[in-house]
Amino acid sequence: MEYGLDLEYSFNEFLKGFGLSSEIAHIIWLPLPMLLVLVAAVVGVLVTVWLERKISAAAQQRIGPEYAGALGVLQPIADGLKLLLKEDIIPAKADGILFTAGPILVLVPVILSWLIVPFGQNLLISNVGIGIFLWIALSSIQPIGLLMSGYASNNKYSLLGGLRAAAQSISYEIPLALSVLAIVLMTNSLSTIDIVNQQSGAGILSWNIWRQPVGFIVFWICALAECERLPFDLPEAEEELVAGYQTEYAGMKFALFYLGSYINLILSALLVSILYLGGWGFPIPVELIAKFLNLPINAPFIQVFTASIGIVMTVLKAYLLVFIAILLRWTTPRVRIDQLLDLGWKFLLPISLANLLITAGLKLAFPQFFGG
Amino acid sequence: MSIAITTQIICFTILSLVILIGALGVVLLESIVYSAFLLGGVFMSVAGLYLLLNASFVAAAQVLVYVGAVNVLIIFAIMLVNKKEDLKPINDIKSRRIISTTICLTLLSLLIRVDLTNVWSLSSPQNSIGEESTIRIGEHLFSDYLLPFEVASVLLLMAMIGAIVLARRDVMSKDISTGLPVDQELIEKSSEPLLTNKN
Repeated sequence: MEYGLDLEYSFNEFLKGFGLSSEIAHIIWLPLPMLLVLVAAVVGVLVTVWLERKISAAAQQRIGPEYAGALGVLQPIADGLKLLLKEDIIPAKADGILFTAGPILVLVPVILSWLIVPFGQNLLISNVGIGIFLWIALSSIQPIGLLMSGYASNNKYSLLGGLRAAAQSISYEIPLALSVLAIVLMTNSLSTIDIVNQQSGAGILSWNIWRQPVGFIVFWICALAECERLPFDLPEAEEELVAGYQTEYAGMKFALFYLGSYINLILSALLVSILYLGGWGFPIPVELIAKFLNLPINAPFIQVFTASIGIVMTVLKAYLLVFIAILLRWTTPRVRIDQLLDLGWKFLLPISLANLLITAGLKLAFPQFFGG
Repeated sequence: MSIAITTQIICFTILSLVILIGALGVVLLESIVYSAFLLGGVFMSVAGLYLLLNASFVAAAQVLVYVGAVNVLIIFAIMLVNKKEDLKPINDIKSRRIISTTICLTLLSLLIRVDLTNVWSLSSPQNSIGEESTIRIGEHLFSDYLLPFEVASVLLLMAMIGAIVLARRDVMSKDISTGLPVDQELIEKSSEPLLTNKN
């Protein structure tokens, strides 16, 4: 399966053509994919914010943003600029250092997790061996940032919101990790590239969603809870806690929280599409299309076609999931804290454990379908 | 010196400085909240050291277990019982300090001795396994380290059952420590829904 564009190799060869050593070429290459992914994440947030405004308007029979650009597409940029120009306030009785460090600790792990999101065979920043495990580890840092900002605000609503966020995050991490473990069991690898390749055999039929329907639902619920999306947005429940841990924040520090939560939502949607919906795979295998068109799989045209199809498919699947998440947000009521913890510990945890056991059993019984 | 080695040395210096200063801060700072957050920083830097040693799985596990679980629980506990309290001055503070210093210095000398006597260099540089380490750790856990692994899991199960027993005292009819029957009235029960009483 070693086909596809290798941009890094071509770029390094191109620079070596100017007489640079391979080390220097590598150093010049390194920041490029990082910047690209950062820009992609921020643009993704802008799109999601616009979608959220438009879909919520449709759900409530309003029009939504209309005048900033065609159909209001520039509205998220106007929002961002507004936040950029706001005064940066640190409350007088707050703890300045922790108050500033909190939002950073929330945002940085989320952005670091984009390291492992693949858009194609070679289209990711780094194919680290621990792959998906890195995401699970990094997402466990976030509660510290939430607790930190909740504590540093010196406000009872903030502290309660921070504590709720951390409790929720810890409870839902376990079923999340267990359902990922079932996938890893089937793939024999933690790498996201291998997980997608394992699903690419027969197009849509070989996607993991057919083999892991329970895991898919558990993962999606847990991902929504980790993102604090509406059925589970207790940490910032405005009727009870003003805005939870964000209460005292203004300007860019608030924007960091905002950005973090939306980047996290897109990241979760991308990971669901990678783990369960075949990642960059087209519903019909590209090899079949190439055979139909009588073209060799290594032809430059087919390679560019495969890469662009891959990016389009990944983004399309992710945004379908984002659409479902937005629709859920504007149509479901909020759960209570005891319902939330009951669902996490008494329902999702046993179900995901049973799912893991059954997957292991099926893998032993039918190694050709569940990964040998 | 190649660029890779220079980067490695810079990273190692920064990480060790953060570990040393952070650890001193954990012990010496007055505010317990700052100590807890600094502890998280120290754990993260240790994970960074593991990364420098090409042990990415151990680094991620360090972040997941120590930062994501242990440190979060410590901070959680501090925030739930964070009340300002004037502690009584301890009478024999001097002798206590002397004893603790002696114990710490003994431990330090033990560590230095281990450092000096152990052979640290690998038999051959090809022995470093890098990305393969996840598989190797799994193989070891299910072969020669199976017994410690299982014993550790039994230990964790015991701790969990103990925590449940302490938290759910309402399921016991007798107090665990005194043996007296428990006054069930004082223990919080699931209350009746408010709306049904109104009629």
